Amino acid sequence: MPCTVSMTVNGKAVSREVEERTLLVTFLRDQLGLTGTHVGCDTSQCGACVVHIDGRSVKSCTMLAAQADGAAVTTIEGLAAADGTLHPMQAAFREHHGLQCGFCTPGMVMSAVDLVTANPSPSEHEVREGLEGNICRCTGYHNIVKAVMAGAEAMQGGTLKAAAE
Amino acid sequence: MYAFTYHRPKSVADAVALQGRFEDPKLLGGGQTLLPTLKQRLARPSDLIDLGQIPELQGIREEAGGLTVGAFTRHAQVAHSDVVQRVIPALASLAEGIGDRQVRNMGTLGGSICNADPSADYPAAVVALKATVRTDRREIAGDDFFTGMFETALEPGEIVTAVHFQTPDKAAYAKFRNPASRYAIVGVFVAVFGSEVRVAVTGAGPSVFRADDMEATLAQDFRADALNGASVSADGLNADIHASADYRAHLVRVMARRAVEACG
Ligand SMILES: Cc1cc2nc3c(=O)[nH]c(=O)nc-3n(C[C@H](O)[C@H](O)[C@H](O)COP(=O)(O)OP(=O)(O)OC[C@H]3O[C@@H](n4cnc5c(N)ncnc54)[C@H](O)[C@@H]3O)c2cc1C
Ligand code: FES
Ligand code: FES
Repeated sequence: MPCTVSMTVNGKAVSREVEERTLLVTFLRDQLGLTGTHVGCDTSQCGACVVHIDGRSVKSCTMLAAQADGAAVTTIEGLAAADGTLHPMQAAFREHHGLQCGFCTPGMVMSAVDLVTANPSPSEHEVREGLEGNICRCTGYHNIVKAVMAGAEAMQGGTLKAAAE
Repeated sequence: MYAFTYHRPKSVADAVALQGRFEDPKLLGGGQTLLPTLKQRLARPSDLIDLGQIPELQGIREEAGGLTVGAFTRHAQVAHSDVVQRVIPALASLAEGIGDRQVRNMGTLGGSICNADPSADYPAAVVALKATVRTDRREIAGDDFFTGMFETALEPGEIVTAVHFQTPDKAAYAKFRNPASRYAIVGVFVAVFGSEVRVAVTGAGPSVFRADDMEATLAQDFRADALNGASVSADGLNADIHASADYRAHLVRVMARRAVEACG
């Protein structure tokens, strides 16, 4: 049976008719065309689908669109400024080569922003723990961790540290 | 996922009433176990009753020598609660060790104990901290709640509303986690109440259990080294690709030692 879900997505109010079993990630990608949120595993393991619900990071493949009714959702498309200026965490991933193929990156960045919002100057260990729900098949994680540390500093108002190489 | 009808009641009474109206309803907690199950088409409920908008099921408060935690309290809320960190810090750190950040932001205490996964963390706290599980119709002692692998004392349709944990003199939880899922291969919760010591083991057997011999030994001599001679039988313990029954038996003693050391 279809039902109507209403929520704020990246600051805009949206209301759509969906099947009740529709996953939030399917709603975002197929109905709203926000394909920056990826589906890697579809079994709650990889974190490619991470978005924010009222500021908390969640796996959108493991949540119904109906459960998000009334919530404020932020996807990777909602991070950059209106003029296209990257969010400091996105800029840090670019500067520190925190990606190779880029498939995991939207989820990594969304998890990183949640992590740094809760803990503004995390240690390297805290960054690694905070990203446990995100899997990357390419980078070996080292540059992702460097990017998150640099992004954390930049989010605090510092300037973005240049990559070492 | 098969089709179902979704409901979002605003009170426990409404949730109970809704359940009575449908053929095969299922309660939805944080969905971190149930939704993956539905996606694999391992269950086909006619109706999903989301417990997420019921104020009575939320919140953490100090009460009667312990803490009462609402069933719909998310793992992250328990982990970061000032009250839990002050009154039973071992419970906050157990919650912080569940799964990953995103699972903790969604998963709930009620969902975890009702699912009764043999490798889940909360069952060890429920048993070690002499908890009482409150439902829409009665109270169940923590010792009687878990009855087998994925089995509890709950009747069909019974809704867990809260869990009351007793405040121990000291307590700690040590787990050897599966590096991929973070579930407990073995987790041991040690709690001291006066002269009584409780040792609850999760992950090792089909369901959480108390290690009676270790409890007796520690009641006499509360030191990690007192457990050196303790042997744990591998009979009936779980064996899978992650760990044999013998290895799990070994880990029970090692985790118990670590928990005793962490009690200080
Ligand atoms: C990647 C991943 C890693 C995980 N790692 C761990 C881990 O390390 N340790 C661990 O312990 N767990 C782990 N989990 C499980 C997690 O803690 C789940 O949140 C939990 O098992 C289920 O809670 P839920 O609130 O999501 O419940 P749901 O999935 O919504 O429900 C689970 C079951 O409980 C029933 N139910 C829910 N609430 C109630 C209630 N109030 N009354 C009666 N019945 C109810 C539902 O009908 C369903 O049968 C992990 C999960 C994932 C996806
Ligand atoms: S697609 Fe959601 S966790 Fe992998
Ligand atoms: S950059 Fe390819 S999966 Fe992470």
